[in-house]
Amino acid sequence: MSVLALVLIVALLAAVVFVVSAPLRAAHRPVDAQSAERDRLEAAREAKYREIRDAELDFRTGKLSREDYEAVDGALRAEALEILNRLED
Amino acid sequence: MADLGRGCLLLALAVCVYGIGASLYGVRSGRLEFSESGRRAVYALAGILTVAFAVLEVAFLRNDFAFNTVADTSSRTTPAFYRAAAVWSSQEGSLLLWAWLLSLWASLALFLTRRRMREVAAYATAILLGFGGFFVSLMVFYATPFQTTSPAPAEGAGLDPLLRFPTMMIHPPMLYSGYTLCTIPLAFGMGALLARRVDAEWIRATRRFAFAAWLFLGMGILLGARWSYSELGWGGYWGWDAVENASLMPWLTGTAFLHSLMIQEKRGMLKVWNVSLVLATGTLAIMGTFLVRSGILNSIHAFGGATLGVPFVVLIGVLIAGSIYLVVSRRDMLRSEHRLDSLLSRESIFLANNLVLVGLCFVIFWGTYFPLISEAVTGREASVGPPWFDRYTVPLALVLVLLSGIGPVIAWRRATLANARRHFLAPTALALLTLLALLAAGVQEKPLAIAMFCCGAFVFASIGGEFFRGARARRAMAHEALPVALAALVRRNRRRYGGYIVHVGMAVLFIGVAASSSFQHASELGLSPGQSTRVGAYSIRYVRPTATITPRYDAAHTGSTLSLGAVLDVTKRGHHVATLLPSEGYYASEEASQGTVGSLIGGQPVSHVSMDAGISRDVWTAIEPDIETPTLQRIVSVGNRTLPPEDAVVAIGYLARSYLQHPPPAQFHFIVSPLVMWIWIGGLIVFGGGLIAIWPAPSVVRRRVSMRLRARAAHGLARA
Repeated sequence: MSVLALVLIVALLAAVVFVVSAPLRAAHRPVDAQSAERDRLEAAREAKYREIRDAELDFRTGKLSREDYEAVDGALRAEALEILNRLED
Repeated sequence: MADLGRGCLLLALAVCVYGIGASLYGVRSGRLEFSESGRRAVYALAGILTVAFAVLEVAFLRNDFAFNTVADTSSRTTPAFYRAAAVWSSQEGSLLLWAWLLSLWASLALFLTRRRMREVAAYATAILLGFGGFFVSLMVFYATPFQTTSPAPAEGAGLDPLLRFPTMMIHPPMLYSGYTLCTIPLAFGMGALLARRVDAEWIRATRRFAFAAWLFLGMGILLGARWSYSELGWGGYWGWDAVENASLMPWLTGTAFLHSLMIQEKRGMLKVWNVSLVLATGTLAIMGTFLVRSGILNSIHAFGGATLGVPFVVLIGVLIAGSIYLVVSRRDMLRSEHRLDSLLSRESIFLANNLVLVGLCFVIFWGTYFPLISEAVTGREASVGPPWFDRYTVPLALVLVLLSGIGPVIAWRRATLANARRHFLAPTALALLTLLALLAAGVQEKPLAIAMFCCGAFVFASIGGEFFRGARARRAMAHEALPVALAALVRRNRRRYGGYIVHVGMAVLFIGVAASSSFQHASELGLSPGQSTRVGAYSIRYVRPTATITPRYDAAHTGSTLSLGAVLDVTKRGHHVATLLPSEGYYASEEASQGTVGSLIGGQPVSHVSMDAGISRDVWTAIEPDIETPTLQRIVSVGNRTLPPEDAVVAIGYLARSYLQHPPPAQFHFIVSPLVMWIWIGGLIVFGGGLIAIWPAPSVVRRRVSMRLRARAAHGLARA
């Protein structure tokens, strides 16, 4: 093995150790159990917003009748509010 | 530098092992810092493999034949442009490309999810590093790209002439990007099952990667088809070859997933189905790589050795067994949160579309693996050909195109029959008009192709109507001009309208396939200069032969030593249409037994297709000159006996002149195919639609929309 290759490998190894061990050198951070639930609720909220927008577009492009749209939109908004309430709790 | 490459591989393997351990320990013990260290191991892997890939690339560009891989797949006569791409023409190089791309995409996915789904991401990290470790292990223990020979040979074997084609520069990286991207949703899907977090969040986090995998894989497949059509001398773009099929299968299941994931996002339904599709797509992507690398099935693309078969079979076995175990053991958590509200809803159409796509995948899987199944059951290897595939896939493709026009005009949750009837009126009328126009024009044979044209017309009218209605609604709300309203509509609903554009592109593509495969005229015959033949409405005359010789070290050409061809005059009803120049390139071989002259042209000959491509039809020509005539063979044998290597090219010059003076009859392949161009145009439309769908909305717009919807929801609360 050439000296240059050896030097480069050692340098690469040092860089890898530095990058990979950085979190271990930092202060201990426990898992935030609440953040996982918050992430889940935020994902659900975004999906619900998208559903509300899609229902509105379906109505405006004539795919949903007014009665159906109002029923669907009402149900979706109730579901969205439930998610928002749980997020605020 | 080979030492540096080998050192990188060992370091990469160590990083994978550490990263898997750290991620799993972190998530099991709740110590976040270890999970983060595992994630950083993926970044480190990307860095190390970038160095390794650069070492190999430099070796190719510098013609360092001490590297066995370089000596086997490149040469000084290989132009620099193709030397750069020759890295992935070898087994070892393509394994390195796979691992490198995986590390890059995995780094991106884990970086984007670094603050979310920590448990799921930690398991996903371990799984992605498991894949990385597998491919790095193959390079360490089975097929290292950094094996060297001393002393280095003076010259290499050269790149396979079939691969000296511009799209070959990007076709494999596109396909491999698709394959490696398929493993990201798989890793997150498995991670979600392992972490028991099977809500829509993992789908939301990896949706863009699933879409990117679909896009890259699709473009890779299309580029491969284009290469086959433009470069291979058989005149087709799809031959149901095992390796082609291997790339199509994950694309089909990926397409199904992209549709059904919306149902889980919106309704919390199809959880088992979605996770199964993701696991199947990832596993099929690995199986696709296995087919190319193992050489287990005959294919013009397969260039792997038998040594890699066992490790791949073990990996695929583990993936299948692990997937089944995870889905079965978590079945209670995968229950749907809702039921279908109505059979007339977009959810139902998506379900039908999923069944057709999975059905197509099953048919192709069965046909592709039939030789193995047959050998296992009967002891004899049998295979099925294109007619078998066509019998089952064409009707399914028809249904699929039709569904792609029905889905967009059906509302989510529930649609009324009256609304659906109103929206189907124009598409149905256009489909019937198309049918009548075709019948009136005398197109009466090939009913399946006619059905495809009608289905295509249905899709254009259906989606055109959707764009118009959307733009009209937007104009009424925002008081904008129609084109501005249309642009704003697409910008604000990228996923929906990008997807619709993809549907249009697919319909265009299928129309091109149906027309070109059903109504083509083909002819294979021998012609001498001055003779003519008719192909469809065209007359093709062999005007005169052509012959060019390329100096051995001229890197400006594709590297062929001798090129023999023809000047063809194409006319229609007496009018000149095009002059075509098909040729066949003869390449040097490294076999000394062929003699000093024979070895200059003894490599694999490659046809250089010439065509007049147009919007309505392509006139495609290929030539197979006869260089086995006694006169030409005598020049070679005399040259072999009398000329030293440095003067051998003189005999090639004599051979070329003799060919021009006394041209023997040449074998020609002529094809006139309608609408082939629309296959590539359809592909570009799909690509454009895909980019629109995948492009993230500006964060300002997202925030504004979220705030507006939040206010609306709050308004609902106040009313309640």
